[in-house]
Amino acid sequence: MRPFDYTRATAPQEAAAMAAAGATKFIAGGTNLLDLMKLQVETPEKLVDVTRLPMKDIVAEGDGLKIGALVPNSDLAADERVRRDYPVLSRALLAGASGQLRNKATTGGNLLQRTRCYYFYETSARCNKREPGSGCDAIGGFNRIHAILGTSDACIATHPSDMAVAMRALDAEIETLTPDGATKRHPIADFHRLPGDTPNVETVLSPGELITAVHLPAPLGGTQIYRKVRDRASYAFALVSIAAVVTMDAGKIGTVRLAFGGVAHKPWRNEAVEAALAGETPSAALFDKAADILLAEAKGFGENDFKIPLARRTLAAVLAEATGVSL
Amino acid sequence: MRLTINGVGQELDLDIRTSLLDALRDHLALTGTKKGCDHGQCGACTVLINGRRVNSCLTLAVMHEDDEITTIEGLGQPGNLHPMQESFLQHDGFQCGYCTPGQIVSAVGMLDEAKKGWPSHASKDLDGTVSLDNAEISERMSGNICRCSAYPNIVDAIRDVNEKGAA
Repeated sequence: MRPFDYTRATAPQEAAAMAAAGATKFIAGGTNLLDLMKLQVETPEKLVDVTRLPMKDIVAEGDGLKIGALVPNSDLAADERVRRDYPVLSRALLAGASGQLRNKATTGGNLLQRTRCYYFYETSARCNKREPGSGCDAIGGFNRIHAILGTSDACIATHPSDMAVAMRALDAEIETLTPDGATKRHPIADFHRLPGDTPNVETVLSPGELITAVHLPAPLGGTQIYRKVRDRASYAFALVSIAAVVTMDAGKIGTVRLAFGGVAHKPWRNEAVEAALAGETPSAALFDKAADILLAEAKGFGENDFKIPLARRTLAAVLAEATGVSL
Repeated sequence: MRLTINGVGQELDLDIRTSLLDALRDHLALTGTKKGCDHGQCGACTVLINGRRVNSCLTLAVMHEDDEITTIEGLGQPGNLHPMQESFLQHDGFQCGYCTPGQIVSAVGMLDEAKKGWPSHASKDLDGTVSLDNAEISERMSGNICRCSAYPNIVDAIRDVNEKGAA
């Protein structure tokens, strides 16, 4: 691990100001950052420890919830209101990582975790995300875990979070504090970026901008499902995952929200898929039509070609479960 | 920096980069906590911080001033074993033993989580009722790898402690 300076922040504004300049990183749970620092994938010159800031509560806010950025993944998954009103979020959190990691990893940190692309982790490999302009060894390389939607010639990495996929389905908003004291709210739809020519820029956050909370709007009800397909039954990243919220109305699909993990550089959502389902009578043919829309632009890179039919079948399975149709 | 390990305050002068794991093993001679992968994948380094199980390899010692840290040495000692340690012996819950301290500390933390009604990926419902069958224990312990694959006996040892309400 490269040497760094360590400072413990005592107030959010102070933390943001301390991180405004230079190669500075906030540290909270540290479960991803320290892993990457040991490998010298991350080489911050300064760490600002935000763990003592007052951002640890989950509080009711209107009909919704405000989740402090430091709420550990375990606590968020176990919160009675989340279990009752946002079960897709509890399920997504419980599908991720291990008990030890969930006890440490925070809500804000989970949103900012980095890809698990092998070439991002391997400092002798070319990676535009780790070293802009160096190239991408995943394209044409081992890319079984890589993206099929929204990729670019520069990067085909995926975002690894389960939590963020559920939050995308729930239309969460991310509250931040900037070094100059401004409070911002970013819809999660806009928070993570597609790789484009700058895969090293993963979010809309500006230097020093500190995540302070995540806001969940009023509960949606309906059937909520988080389905995660992975190589082993526990403690593995998603090959394909789906967060679904579906309501039924007199035998027809009412509202439907679908977000996808393991397929793109950000939690993926395509409202045209949802529009094709809303108001329709559920059937295998309808689910297939929805998958056609979802996957119209999908592109495999060899080893990950299987994700395209896997996403189609997972979508059908989730919609069948949510609507009570047997396939 | 000042750390509280197994109820004892310790003053240490460490490189700021020192993980909690390395502080325990290399500077406090508490070598019960094991270093396996050093990347949070194997669970051999599991300790309790304020009663919660975490990977000590993925956190900096300096971040835990004022916290209560419990290692395997703090759970029990020869002649005064923790019920989970006794149960691992009775059920032969290990082969080489390298992952065992992490398994035991993790199991103690896990039973506390289950007592609080925390659900898991294996839970059918999210209503706060937890019944620790083999599937639940396996899921909740998936952060602890055993290369000897002593899993059946590890699960038996944990289930036995849970059913006796001893931990």
